[in-house]
Amino acid sequence: MPDYSWPPMDKRRVIGKRTSRLDGTAKASGKAKYSSDLNPPGLLQAALLTSPHAHAKVKSIDTSAAEKMDGVTAVRVMSKPGTEIQWAGTEIAVVAATSEAIARDAVRAIKVEYEVLPHVVREDNLASVGNRAKPAGEQVTGDPDAAFKAADAVSENLYSMPVITHCCLEPHGQVIAMSADKVNYWPSTQAVSTVGGDIARSLEIPAANVHVQMDYMGGGFGSKFPSDKWGSESALLSKASGGKPVKLFLDRATELTIAGTRPSAFAKVKIGAKKDGTIVAWQSDSWSSGGFGGGGMPPIPYVFTKIPNYRLNHTAVSLNAGSARAWRAPNNPQASFLTCSALDDLAAKLKMDPLNLFLKNVDITIRPDTYRAQLSKAAEIIEWKKNWRPRGENASGHIRRGLGIGISTWGGAGHASKARTTIHPDGSVEVELASQDLGSGTRTVIAMVAAETLGLPLSMIKVKIGDSNYPVSGPSGGSTTVGGVSSSTRKAAMNALQKLFDVVGPSISAPPDRLEAIDGKIRMIGNPDKGLSWQQACQKLGVNTISEMGENDPKRTEGLNTGGASGIQMADVSVDIETGIVKMNKLVAVQDCGLVINPKTAESQVLGACIMSVCSALMEERVMDQQTGRVLNADMEFYKLAGIGDIGDIVVHMDITPENDKRGIIGLGEPPAIAGVAAIANAVANAIGVRVPSIPLSPNRVLAALNGRRNA
Amino acid sequence: MQNFEYANPKTIQEATALLGSSWSDASVLAGGTDLISMMKEELTTPKRVVNLKGIKDLGGIHKSGAGIRIGAVVTFDELTENPIVRSEYPSLAEAAHGVTSPQIRNMGTVGGDLCQRPRCWYFRTGNGLLAMKDGQSLVPNGQNQYHAIFSNGPAYFVSASSLGPALIALGARVKLVSASGAREVTADKFFVTPENENAREIALAPNEILTEVIIPSGKGVRNATYEVRQKEALDWPLATASVALTMKGGAVGSARIVLGHVGPIPYVASAAEKMLAGKIISESVAEEAGKAAVADAKPLSQNEYKVQLARVAVKRALLEASGKKA
Repeated sequence: MPDYSWPPMDKRRVIGKRTSRLDGTAKASGKAKYSSDLNPPGLLQAALLTSPHAHAKVKSIDTSAAEKMDGVTAVRVMSKPGTEIQWAGTEIAVVAATSEAIARDAVRAIKVEYEVLPHVVREDNLASVGNRAKPAGEQVTGDPDAAFKAADAVSENLYSMPVITHCCLEPHGQVIAMSADKVNYWPSTQAVSTVGGDIARSLEIPAANVHVQMDYMGGGFGSKFPSDKWGSESALLSKASGGKPVKLFLDRATELTIAGTRPSAFAKVKIGAKKDGTIVAWQSDSWSSGGFGGGGMPPIPYVFTKIPNYRLNHTAVSLNAGSARAWRAPNNPQASFLTCSALDDLAAKLKMDPLNLFLKNVDITIRPDTYRAQLSKAAEIIEWKKNWRPRGENASGHIRRGLGIGISTWGGAGHASKARTTIHPDGSVEVELASQDLGSGTRTVIAMVAAETLGLPLSMIKVKIGDSNYPVSGPSGGSTTVGGVSSSTRKAAMNALQKLFDVVGPSISAPPDRLEAIDGKIRMIGNPDKGLSWQQACQKLGVNTISEMGENDPKRTEGLNTGGASGIQMADVSVDIETGIVKMNKLVAVQDCGLVINPKTAESQVLGACIMSVCSALMEERVMDQQTGRVLNADMEFYKLAGIGDIGDIVVHMDITPENDKRGIIGLGEPPAIAGVAAIANAVANAIGVRVPSIPLSPNRVLAALNGRRNA
Repeated sequence: MQNFEYANPKTIQEATALLGSSWSDASVLAGGTDLISMMKEELTTPKRVVNLKGIKDLGGIHKSGAGIRIGAVVTFDELTENPIVRSEYPSLAEAAHGVTSPQIRNMGTVGGDLCQRPRCWYFRTGNGLLAMKDGQSLVPNGQNQYHAIFSNGPAYFVSASSLGPALIALGARVKLVSASGAREVTADKFFVTPENENAREIALAPNEILTEVIIPSGKGVRNATYEVRQKEALDWPLATASVALTMKGGAVGSARIVLGHVGPIPYVASAAEKMLAGKIISESVAEEAGKAAVADAKPLSQNEYKVQLARVAVKRALLEASGKKA
């Protein structure tokens, strides 16, 4: 069996080099076709009828007028009479027609009678949610009451983050065609290899009958794993329309209303410490909701998990609102915000520099040495010593500057992945696997690993992904993709190369196990002159093609990949205390992620995550109206996201060191999307002298905190 | 979007002949930045859409006596780049520049800015202009952080116009033309507080087209606009103030102070205007004027912060107009 381990850092020709995305030009020029761009011949357009009520029972539904309309090919009821609707936007019926205009006209012609039921759509005031609150059992460790009593300082505050949505630029949906029991499926998905099986279950057909293809996708962030009702219903519309392909992508309002949320997090946190800053006790009463399913407790206290005495209470709140889906580091940004805010307020109470408080307590974290080093590195980059002032003691005038800290942790080991490497006699190379590239650079990373392994330039590698006919590779969730696909690709390429060595060795009188592939040559180790060019070597295959598999088994990663990432982010903000407007000066991200295959796309992952954190910290929230039960800002106008002028300077420092490199590859999707909100919130508290307890830090909340008003 | 007939007239006369007596007969299209989204949401479903961009007479910025005339289809970008506007009417150039984003500045027009519908999220989600339910507005008991601080109801939305406050402060008039003739109204009279669900928030009738804006000479009038807007990217102001000052020596002769995004129509801050007469603008005078401007504000449950924003906007606009940049 070949030695699959990664080549030593100083011997790498491709891995570790800053490499632009292979599909960058295609994407920037519009040549790349996303599933939502596809218009196959005979395409039908579908439109959804959704519920205007947040809680209601469907009494009757009459689709007869819609069915009779010219151009309508099929109508399907998705919520039959008797169905209880639990949120506004629930799918009631769907229509396929020869044009979108006709489909929408037909939707308008469907008559539905509802029995409207009482709804609850807001969780900010826990006292007003009644029986929607579902408390979980209390968890206690040590003796928190005694510890608080003995503490030199106790800080107590209520902190909150609202529900936000994924807001994918390419909305959820698919083009799909179904004839008899065969399905051709072009979804926007994070799971090319599993979404086919998922839709097959809904359609009650064999998984093998579904062919999934997706070249590019426009954002998922954790919300695009299932095939969803609109997928299977579109397939059935297609079947009822003679097998013609049907396109259904959610419109913007529906996308923001029903395609997934990140749960809110509210918590009264009490934290106690000794004079020197050593944390001795934690108590939290938290509640959250991601929608009808409620919301679990964020993992608090976060990172500082070895606090000796704590008491945790959590209440899940079920709302008549669209349900939660995984959102880039599920529950971690919330946990980081709740924990780091409490630590920062504790530091203020102790009149201590929060950096010193974080450093003082690294020993009760899960990776003390890493965090100690990262805190120092981030502080150096943001010039903490020079720029930090005690809370509220900033220069006079209406612009106040502040610094803050956030912390993160994540797993990120590789998922199960199989890859096939094929070497043709003409020297061309293909790598095939049913992975997807969410835009993070997966395609490029696969090519880099194959090129490194085979000693070839990147341009010689043809990467084929996004098709369920290729070897199975896991869904992209939990930051597992890069570890999975790079390990399987490494093994497949290595196995194929071994076969090539077996053929080439005898022809140059060299033992196959003494050969290496480097700089486009197959040559003898230690005797570079003895060898063949890649092309000559492949010609020795005659008419035979080499095609070898490689597999990443998460239970036996053989050192190629692992989990456990740490990160520190520090924010530098300016706040106009007359208007409450927060401007980002700088966000510094120090991120450990093991062996980095492509520093350029890795940094770009961190940049994207930091931008998401700025949006969430300063402007992003789903606004629910209790009177109508509806989302009021299901648009890109009042669902506010940052633009280029709002994000400030982002400085990324990847912790690329020999020690980290030895750990193997660690995923990077989630880790950098965690600490930013906490860092920004703490920076604002530092700038203005008071805690703004609720995210996002919009002018109304900042001014309310400054003026001592109850929060809006 | 529902189907409609599309008309592409070449003259104002042809265009007015295509309009009807009710709003559902026809909508006029200029930049389309508001109309298209209204049509997509089916908040408006006109039988006919009349494109104004092909009408030459509706374009251009021209000198007119001592002042200027601005055609209705002049874009925000044309406005901000025009040398006369930049030098004599900086408050207008600033208001136009504050329209985010570059795409909207490139497409959106002067007439469209004045005629656009409110952005109130109850209105935009299909609850009607006044958001009435069971005889009561949804706004006072609802999510009203972006709503009016100057309103006695039942309209609690805020006028979305960016240029309106500056035009009122500069004493502009707007010209409205129908098949039966033309009329001019002063900019402050163009905005109307609707009293019922069927009323509109502007003085334009369904059979009229706003053809141009006429601004008197800005020579010697110190003017500025200050917008408080959370984001640099696409976003609406939370409060704005446009001021126009005629000077007597170093002191204010007369002042016009108009607030935007604080009420169903731009709010003329008369008390602050009176207070400023004869005063030399300083930080403290500007601060006092800001306080006077919002003295009658009646914030709703979630928008008390807007009172402060309006006050600060007035202060900063005055300091800017008087050359003491805030």
